[in-house]
Parts: sequence; structure tokens; C-alpha cells
Amino acid sequence: MEDGKNMIRQAGVSSLSKLQPAFRRLLRYPMTLIGFAIVFFFIFIAIFGPALVPYQYTEQNLPNKLQPPSEEYIFGTDQFGRDIFSRVIVGSRDVLMVAGSGTVMAVFFGMLLGLVSGYRGGWLDEVIMRLMDVILSIPPLLLAMVILFSLGPSRLNVIIVVGFLYIPMVARVVRSVVLDLKTRQFVEAARLRGEGRFYILFREILPNIMPHLAVEASMRFSYSIFLVASLGFLGLGVQPPSPDWGLMVGEARTWFYQARWVLFFPAGAIALLVVGVGFMSDGLRRMLLPGGVSNE
Amino acid sequence: MYRYLLRRFAFILLTLFLASLIIFTATQFLPGDVAQIILGQFATETAVENLREELGLNRPLHIQYLNWAGGFIRGDWGTSLVSRTPVRPIVLERLGNSAMLAVMALLIYVPLGIVLGVIAALKRDKLPDQLISGVSMAFVGLPEFVSGLLLIAFLAIGLTWFPANSSINPDTTFREAFPYLVLPAITVSLTGLGYITRMTRSGTIDVLRMDYVRAADLKGLPAWQVLIRHVLRNSLLPTVTVVAMGIGWLLGGLIVTETVYGYPGLGRLIVYGIQRQDLPLIQASSMIIVAIYTFSNLVADILYGLLNPRIRVGE
Amino acid sequence: MNEQTPVLDVEDMTVTYRTEKGPLDTVRKVNFKICAGEIYGLVGESGSGKTTLAHAVVRYLPANGFLRSGRILLSGTDLMSLSKMEMREIWGSRISMVHQDPSSSINPAIQIGEQIAEVARAHLGFSRKEARVKAIEMLNKVHMPDPEAVARRYAHQLSGGMLQRVLIATALTTNPELLIMDEPTTALDVTTEAVILDLIKDLMEEYNTAVLYITHNLGVVARISNQVGVLYAGEIMEEGSIAQVFKNKLHPYTRGLLGCVPRVDANKKDVSLKAIPGYIPRPDNLPRGCIFAPRCELVEKACTVERPPLAKAEEGHLTACRRFEELKKIGDVVADTRAGGTKEDKLGNLVLEARNIKKYFTAAGGLSAFWQRGRSVIKAVDDISIRMRRSFTMGIVGESGCGKTTLARCLIGLEEATSGEIELEGELLPYSVAKRPPEILKKMQMVFQNPDASLNPQHPAGSSVARPLILLRNLSRKEVGDKVKELFQAVNLPEEFIERLPHELSGGEKQRVAIARAFAADPALMICDEPISSLDVSVQASLMNLLVDLQESRETSYLFISHDLAAVRHLSDWIAVVYLGRLWEIGSAEDVFVPPYHPYTEALLSAIPIPDPDVKQETIRLKGSVPSTMDIPSGCRFHTRCPRKIGAICEQQEPPWQQHGNYHQIRCHIPIEELLEKQGEGLLKKMPVEGVIN
Repeated sequence: MEDGKNMIRQAGVSSLSKLQPAFRRLLRYPMTLIGFAIVFFFIFIAIFGPALVPYQYTEQNLPNKLQPPSEEYIFGTDQFGRDIFSRVIVGSRDVLMVAGSGTVMAVFFGMLLGLVSGYRGGWLDEVIMRLMDVILSIPPLLLAMVILFSLGPSRLNVIIVVGFLYIPMVARVVRSVVLDLKTRQFVEAARLRGEGRFYILFREILPNIMPHLAVEASMRFSYSIFLVASLGFLGLGVQPPSPDWGLMVGEARTWFYQARWVLFFPAGAIALLVVGVGFMSDGLRRMLLPGGVSNE
Repeated sequence: MYRYLLRRFAFILLTLFLASLIIFTATQFLPGDVAQIILGQFATETAVENLREELGLNRPLHIQYLNWAGGFIRGDWGTSLVSRTPVRPIVLERLGNSAMLAVMALLIYVPLGIVLGVIAALKRDKLPDQLISGVSMAFVGLPEFVSGLLLIAFLAIGLTWFPANSSINPDTTFREAFPYLVLPAITVSLTGLGYITRMTRSGTIDVLRMDYVRAADLKGLPAWQVLIRHVLRNSLLPTVTVVAMGIGWLLGGLIVTETVYGYPGLGRLIVYGIQRQDLPLIQASSMIIVAIYTFSNLVADILYGLLNPRIRVGE
Repeated sequence: MNEQTPVLDVEDMTVTYRTEKGPLDTVRKVNFKICAGEIYGLVGESGSGKTTLAHAVVRYLPANGFLRSGRILLSGTDLMSLSKMEMREIWGSRISMVHQDPSSSINPAIQIGEQIAEVARAHLGFSRKEARVKAIEMLNKVHMPDPEAVARRYAHQLSGGMLQRVLIATALTTNPELLIMDEPTTALDVTTEAVILDLIKDLMEEYNTAVLYITHNLGVVARISNQVGVLYAGEIMEEGSIAQVFKNKLHPYTRGLLGCVPRVDANKKDVSLKAIPGYIPRPDNLPRGCIFAPRCELVEKACTVERPPLAKAEEGHLTACRRFEELKKIGDVVADTRAGGTKEDKLGNLVLEARNIKKYFTAAGGLSAFWQRGRSVIKAVDDISIRMRRSFTMGIVGESGCGKTTLARCLIGLEEATSGEIELEGELLPYSVAKRPPEILKKMQMVFQNPDASLNPQHPAGSSVARPLILLRNLSRKEVGDKVKELFQAVNLPEEFIERLPHELSGGEKQRVAIARAFAADPALMICDEPISSLDVSVQASLMNLLVDLQESRETSYLFISHDLAAVRHLSDWIAVVYLGRLWEIGSAEDVFVPPYHPYTEALLSAIPIPDPDVKQETIRLKGSVPSTMDIPSGCRFHTRCPRKIGAICEQQEPPWQQHGNYHQIRCHIPIEELLEKQGEGLLKKMPVEGVIN
């Protein structure tokens, strides 16, 4: 493939020239801008926040436990006198890391399975998709609980479980797009000139799946946050003393009546992030798939 | 149609089989020995060994699986390791409570979601649509414990309209339970609402673009008749599927909600079982949820087929 | 012609769309009248604004469209003064509309009868029962076989032709004053189209309805309408009676359009088509003077200064050309003699020989194919043999679903044939393209039907053309660059298009890139599967000319598949007629288009819409639609629809091949002599010869 570099350059040109109208569409939807702003805000915090927080997130100060928000502790303190502000900030890194890695894993493997299943067809497709159906026919949270129960709760295991659970959904979406694309005549033209399977899959089909994949990934990300937070809340996810937001809310329930802030700030952070990702995902769909509304 | 149903049914059996394998295997990796857990740290070697023999834990895994699965089908769901009572009555009682909550949530979110979805579709890309779709996307992703706790904070503690804790007696009647059901039902509804709204919206937008809707308009039928007979009749097909699947989905989604409100349903039972490492309890309640989930998918498929002449009448 | 008040009177109508770039007038100052019993044909290419015009007339424009000026009178009622609610009263009762695609214009979830009945209930105040009776009565009116049963069916159970009858029945239920039909036959096969056109004509006479008939097809207009208006970029260029417009042609655009349509009595050896250069202008970038001036052969300075109005040229005949007086004198500029003269007819080397090709599909796929094996077999191609020679075109014709595309896909290997032998330049080929080595792939390439799906939307046009050069011709990087430029030149595309993405190209340009890509391998045989069907007439003409030129310079053989018999006639040396997976007639193009014909060929030919009101075609119409390939009739497969069926023998015995002359074969039970006698001088007898120079 001697023209590989050339192709990549040209592919770059193509995606840029396509993005321009997409960007104009973005400006038409204020909700999308809000969504992106929120998501970038959290990413910014996750990167730079931990270096700037006033306290160590594990730093206990029992005499100062359950202090309401004040100048010293902006979000107040929890049952061990830890600074909630610092914990929420550091926790953002946790949420984005765990949910993000899980999403990346699900999208990557889901994409591979979807590509193979859709393009290869036949019995392999049937077997893969039936397996996906089986995984989909168990409620995700329940399956996650049962698996984590046996694997033991740890950050890595949560990532693996989240990644595993959302593979089928990504695979389904990718497969349906591949099924549509592979009968397109440009793919047939590629077969007629003797292109190999890899070229057809990765150079002809994959670039056309990207918009669908981006939208799907943003939705999976939203679901992953949901799952990670829920597992944390139930005490089956990331373990203490980690500043996982779900875990913080779960622990704070005991002190709900005395100190509402212990619960309010992490819960608020989850809500804000989820709303941001939701808006972003909805906006991405409008931007990248302006025609297609049906592949939810 | 019958052939199709038969195939679907065969697939359900396969699913249940594979799911039971997953559940059984997952519960085998438990850290520690079951017999040891039951008898506590201070039990003698022989007592543990006897119990292992009694529980069949010494037999090969596949035999253990067959015993468990066979027992489950026969209705022998095992004995709770914690309470030392049969699992089945507990699970079924909790299932009834969960169903009560699920029905109430369905009654809230399905009609509301359809109305919002249709509005969003009719006002596509205008502000109402952006608001409805954006917010519904956010609600789909909002964990129930966040929305639940916020509801408790405002409606139960702030305004004291509803009780904050729903830990009713397991055998309470629906009438007595009603005030305790409101907040949990709203909590679950928020997530379900998002799903239904998005499905209805996308389905309706698809149909609105169809030539036959234009044809119906130009036949001069009243606008409401075009919307109901020509648009919604087709666009709600996918929504019907989601509603039916929602029954199963709800049972899974109730896990967090029931925990937040301390409501004695199936979801809370599983969490409890996991915390106490009560294997038979976990296995039985998981299997029941999977079974309901799968069958509600089947119901969804059948409904879809019945409502869609393309499948019902065939080529 | 008619002194009564017109049913529809459109005055000075301008339709405007609000867009990001500001308001755009897509239809400008249009005037026309339609009287009762009159069929007004409105012809225009895509982008001419014909559908916008139709929707503006019924005030059914999208939210960003509105009527900026003008009046629309429906038997004296000013439609502009009515509210939305009042318009709804008019829709379906006084104005009905029939759209292009019948299969999507009928609600899939409601029974057919109910969809007719609801109109009767809404406008005629009928009860449920009365409306039901009315629906069946209407189905009878459109000659629907077994109307009571059809009334209970759903859209997916009926064929396209039947669905279009249902739509016509629906539209006529309230006996409207005006019927608007927007390309009602475009989605149908030529044989079905002919039947539907006859039906429309009969019913309009019976109901005395005024009809606005919109189409891109000049032949259809010539056949169905009394009056015709030629729409170009939102303005009417010429208007008059059918005879006036088609014979006198007092606007260069009309002349151009007619010149683009291939004739059924001549082919590439005799004439080349006269394509209209350039593109239809966009409404945001209109020329200052005559909007057709930039593409006009007769343009002079004055044409570009001021836009000429639609003015009277003769009684009842209007044209927007300043120079119509001269046009009257110039006569026909339509057909061009071919510069190279006639090509010598010598038989080249054999390129492809396909023997007994069969392709059977099973109805189910995936795992279920295992336990459904042997059940419901679709015989898409059932024993077809053809031979192709160098620099030679074989046209394949037949209705949709007859197996012509499947045959082509089997030959090229995109579908694996079930049995048979495919020999390319003496070498036996594997069935699947995946098993064919590059040397073979290089020899056979394909141009596909849909230009939008034919190029990868993410790859620039140039790289689509470069890949076959790299893979099949092992050229160096530099050579590839030069060769791509050369190929773009060969298909008449400017060099800067090499960097463009498909969405920046028009349909015709995309198809040129696709042709360049197919020629990049320098193939000996090229399969063209309806390569021009989805394009406008003027673009079709230029692509056909391009194909002819390329064939001449490169000595490529074409297998040209099309449902457009005129295009096939123009391009092909030989023609094969396919029906239900088998060949029924094969011969040189000249032979196939004159008697003796196979009765199926005869029906196809009599259905061709010819844009010349003087040609009187025999009306031979086929009953029903093509039978399912899962349930093929016994004996002669055509007997269920054959207008010349002679008896039981047709149902029981496979007809024999009969030879007529050297290269003309017909597979029919009727002896050749008898066919000749019955078919007389043929279908296209009164074809005028002006403009064709042999």
C-alpha cells in the first residue's frame, strides 16, 4: 500500500470538510453546546483538579467531622472529617477513568465483533449475535453485580465488567451499519478490483461507521457512568476510601438527616456530569447523523 | 408466524440455559468455602466436611449444576443460608412487591413518555424538542439513587408530602402501600420516561417523513385523524416493544431504587443476598429476574408481530 | 381551445424558500390554465421545481416555503385566501393528488379498502358501510381484479402497478375537479406504465377531470397529455398543445431535451445523441438574461442582457425564446450524424462465453438455511447462455425481477452462480470474485446503477480511480497520478475533481468517476447495470455518448442492462430479451426491433413511451405482473400473460428455439412465418425519418 500516507492525508481532508457543516449544525443547538461545556469542564477538573485541591482526599480530621460548607471546607466535611470538595474533585478523575475505560473497551470490542459479524455473515454472525442476545437478556446491573460478586470488587474489575456488558449493544449497532454498507456498490467495486478483506473492512467500511460509532460511544459513556455510579452506591464497585461519587453517596446515606451536604455534592456532581453527557450525546447524534434517527 | 414463535421460544430456552450457566459459574468463584461460611470460623473440620457432603459440594461441578438447575425447574429453589428457610416463598413474596412498584411506574412513565415523544417529534429541532430530547437523554443516564435521593430531599424531607422510607411490611396490601410507592415509582419512572420519549420521538419522526403521511394529509383528512390513524399507529410500534421489554427491564432497574427507599422487593433481596453471600438466594432471585426479562422480550416480539400486518399477514 | 372557465388558473406564481443564504425563488412567475377534461403535462428535469410547483398549487409547502406572489384559482375560488382548515376541506374533495412511489404512499398498517373509504367518509359524509361499498366500487373502476379481496389486503401484498391503481381509485373517489399526478408511473416497469397510462386516459375522459401531470419523461407526456409546459429552473420555457411543442419545438431547451432521447429506430452507428452542455442553474445563481442562455447553442449577445418573457409564437403556443422566428426556419437540430460513419460489422474475437448459467436462491439465510434447505427456491436465473465479442455491446432487457441483474452479477462473480460455465477469453472462471486472480479481475469491470452508493463517501474521487491502477496494473506512484489525470480527461471531468469528495459531485459526475474507475483496469468486458437510469435525460445522453466513445477508442465490450428499451436500442449491437430467468429472444438490435418478435418483446416494444405524437404504436398490453420466481409457470413461462397464446401447448411444453435469418432466434411455439404475418410491418411503423442521416 504505497499510497497509504496519501490516503491518510486525504482522509483527514475528508473528515475536516465534513465536519464544517456539522459544526455549523452544532451552533444551532444550544443544548449541545451546554453539554460539551459540561463534559470539557469535568475533563479539565479531572486533569488539573487533583493537583490543586486544598486537602488530601484521604486526609481524616475527626474533630472536624460533618462540618457544613464553610470558607475552610467549601463543600463541608464528611463523617471522617475529610474535605468533600477535595474528594469530589479527585473523584471526577475516578469516574471519568473507570467509565471512560469501560466505554473504550466496549466500543473497541463491540466494533470488532460487529464488523466481523456483519461482514462475514453466515453461521459466525448467527453465533456471535445469539451470544450477544443472551448477554442482553440479563439486566446489566444484575449481571454486573453477580460478576463482581465472584470476581471481587476492584477498580479494574469494574472496568472489565462495564466494558463486557456494553459490548453487545455496540456490536449490534455496528453490525447493522455494516450490513447496510457491505451491499453498497463501492464495496462491491472494491471486491471487483481484488481488495483484501482488511482493506475493505478498515478502509472502505470503517470510515463510514465512524459517525455512528461516535454517537454510540457517547451513549455508552452515559450508561457506563450510570453503571459505575450505581455499583459504587451499592458498595459493589470501587471500594473505600476511594472518592468514587457513587460510593460517597452510598456512605453518606447514613448521615443524610444530619448533614445533607455530604450527600448533596457528590450526587450533584453525578447529576451534572450525566446531564452534560446526555446533552452532548444527543447533540452528537444531531450533528453526525442528521438524517438517521432510527438507530437508537 | 407460528414457526417464528417456535424459533423464538427455542431461543428463550437457550438463553435461560446460558444465563443459568453464567449465574451458576459466577457464584462458584466465591471467596471462601460455603460450608465454612455457614458454620462460621470456629466450626470443626469434620462439621464443615459433613456439611459439604450434605450440600453436595464435593461432587463435580457439572453434577452440582444439574442438581441445582433440576431443582430450580421442579420448584425446589434451595434453602437460604442465612435464614435457614426455603428460598421460594421469600422470592415470590418479594416479586409481588416489585411487580406492584413496576406496574405503578409503568402507568406513570408510558403515557407521559409517549406524549412528550410525540411533541418532540412534531416540534423537531425546535426548542421544545431540544429540551425534551436533551433532558430525556440525561434522565436515561441519571442513576436512580441520585434522582431518588434528590426526590427524598425535596418531597419527603423538605415538603413532607410522602414518606422517605418505604420499608413496608412484606404483606401490606396495595392500598396501604400506596403512599410508600409514590416516590420509588417516580424515581424509576424518570429513567423509563427517557427511554419511551426517545423511542417515540425517533419512531414518530421516521413515520412523519413517510409518503403515506403526506398522502393522508392531501386526502384532506382532519389533522388529528392523520396523526392518530396514520402516524401514531405506525410510529408507536417500536414503543410498544420497549414498553413490553420495560417490564423486564424495570425489575432489573428496581435494584437501586428499592435499596434507596428500603422497599422490600426482589432487587433489594438480591443486594441483601450478595452482602450476606447467601448463594441460593442470589441464584434463585437472579434466575427469576432473567426469566421474566426474557419472557417480556418474547411478549414484546409477539405484540410487535400482532400489530404489524407485514409480519401478521405475511407476504 | 376551451372557452369555459378553467378549473385551475395559476397566475404569476412565485414560490420562495427561506434558506440560510436568504430567500430563494425556486419557481418564478409561472402562469398556466387547465380546463376540465384536459391533461396538462408539465415536463422538467430534476431541479426544475416541478414538484415544488405542484405542492405550491395545493398550498402544501414545507415550513420554510411560501408563495411570494401570484394567484391560484380553482374554478374561481381563490386558494390563497383560504385558511389551513379550509384547505384541508379542499384536499381530497376538490383536488386530489397521486405521488410517485405507490408502495410508500399507502399506509402499511391499514387495509387498502379502508384507505379509500376514509376519503369517502371525510368528504362525502358516508357511513362506514357506505364508504366500504364505495371503496370496492372505486377498485372496480380501476379494473382491479377481485376488488373485495384486495380491499382487505395490505400494501405489502400488492404489486407496484396494483398499488398505483389503488392510489388512482382513492384520488377519484370524490370526483375531484383537479387531479395532480407527480411522476405516477416513474417507479413502475415500462409494461405496467403503459397499462396505467391507458387507465388514466380512459378515466379522465369518463370523469372529465382536469389533470396536472408532472413527469420528466417526454415520451409519457406525448402519450398522455393534450397540453404541455416545459419547465426549466423554475420557469416555463415553452407551452402549447402536444403537436405544437413536439413538432415545432420553438425553444432550444425543448429541442435539446428531445435530442437527448435515443430513437428506437437508429443506434450509435447512425447517430450520436445531442447532449445539452452545462448544468441547470441554481436559483441562487441565475444568469441575468435568458436562464437557458449559458447552455444554448443559439445564444447571442441580446439573450444575455434581458430575460425574455413567455410570449406568443403562434395561436396557443408560447415560448420564452427571443429567436423563435429563426427556430421555425432552422428546423431540426436534433440528431447528429456520426462523425466516424458506420462502423464495419465484422465479428471480433470471442471475449466471454457463458453457458447454462443458473442462479437459485433459498428464501432464508443464516443458520435457518440449514433446516429450510430445498424449501422455497427462487430461480432468479435459470439456464441462460450468452456470448460476447470484442468491441461489441450486448443489451439485456426485461421487466424488473426478470433476472437480468442477477445474471450480470453472476458473470462478474459478485453472486456465485449455482451452475454453468463462464469462460473469459478462453479461460474457465471460478464463480466467486474472491477466487479470481487479479489478471482476470482486470479483464472484467462493472459500472453500477446508483451513483450515490457507487463511490465511497469518505474517499476523494481520485483515490477511487487510483486503487484499481495500483492493484490491477502495478503502476508506480507517479504513473498512477498521471493515469488518474488521463482517465479524468477521458471521462470529460476537470482535473480539480480528483481531490473532490463524492458529496461535492452531481449524480452525472459521480457516474463519470465510476466509469473512470471501471476503465482504470482497462477491461476487455464491462458490465453496465442500469448505469444511466437514475439520471436526467440530458445527463443520460452525454453518458451514453461517453460510453460509445470509450468503446470505440478502447475496444471494450459492454454488457448493457436496462429497462429503457430506447437506450438499449441506441447502444447495443445485440439484444437479449429475458423473462423469468430465461432468454426468449436474441438477435442483432435491428432484428429484435422489427418483426418477427417474440410476443413478450412485442409487448415491451409497444409499451415504450416515444416522444413523438405522430408515432402510433400498437397497443399490446400485458395482463398482471411478473409471476413470482418461486412459482414459475409450466410450459412456456410467459403463457400466463401472453397476448398471443395459442392453446394448451403453451401451458404444457417448453417452446423451441426458432431461427430467423442468421443471428436472430426466438423461443416460441408460434412458427416464425405466422409471427411475421400477425405482426405485419411492426409496431413502430410510422416513424418519421427526418434528421436521421444514414
